[in-house]
Amino acid sequence: MAEMPVIDREKCDGCGLCISVCHCNILVLVDNVVTVVENKKCASCNRWCAQCELICPTGAISCPFEVVIEER
Amino acid sequence: MAVQVELLKSIPYFSGLSAAELDSIKEFVFEKEVETGEMILLEDEPAEALYFVTSGAVRVFKTSSDGKEQILSFIRPGESFNDVPVFDGGPNLASAQAVGPVVLYGIRNSDIEVILRSHPQVSLNVTRVLSQQTRRLVSLVEDLSFRQVIARVAKILLEYASDGTGPKLRLTHQEMAAMAGTAREMVGRSLKSLENEGAIRLERQRIVITDKEALREMAGVVD
Repeated sequence: MAEMPVIDREKCDGCGLCISVCHCNILVLVDNVVTVVENKKCASCNRWCAQCELICPTGAISCPFEVVIEER
Repeated sequence: MAVQVELLKSIPYFSGLSAAELDSIKEFVFEKEVETGEMILLEDEPAEALYFVTSGAVRVFKTSSDGKEQILSFIRPGESFNDVPVFDGGPNLASAQAVGPVVLYGIRNSDIEVILRSHPQVSLNVTRVLSQQTRRLVSLVEDLSFRQVIARVAKILLEYASDGTGPKLRLTHQEMAAMAGTAREMVGRSLKSLENEGAIRLERQRIVITDKEALREMAGVVD
């Protein structure tokens, strides 16, 4: 399974902004805390859009990435 | 697990020491395992020990009164943190948090002086390490004062690019913003601009530097 955005349940205040910007509809609120549901569309993307991380007011959701140098 | 001399040897504080000297220093070193996200140090708390990362990575940062973070550095294996308060007797300069599972070696304040007095080579090594840390901090001041956000982001990418060896460090937009002294949105925009310029390619879980020279130019890095 492709890696999904990481959620810090303690920081999430359930505002739902991330859900409103998610293109792939992989985020839902469960007990007022955002939760990731597996979705083939998101898993098949070859890049993070990271909109959820950018909009989250409490920094509760993140899309971590590694920086690499392309081999030539 | 017991403290290993081989790992001590790879720490710049202890380079150039004989096996016998490392053995005697080992007696003062304790090991500490820390879980992902756990706070290791809190800013302004009394300093108790100097730490070395032996595996994993640690985020060292300052927090403003309104909760904004400025990351000072990520500490990787072999590197130390909390050096200054241990030597000047003041409180912790910054907070430290484990990025993933981390194993640390620590030396208590009270034991540092004993080691320095018994092993002059360690004092020389410490001078070198603290000088390098000062260089890094001056470079950060320079970045925050004189560089545009896009140049700071380009420089961060160059600094944190993995060469395939060593542990993989993963960054979030939030962490890059806290390093660059800006907002997450600005980091997002800067990354898009760098991609439009052909210097990087954004992938899932990866930022690929496709043109290192172009990125260096945008970062204002000169040889």
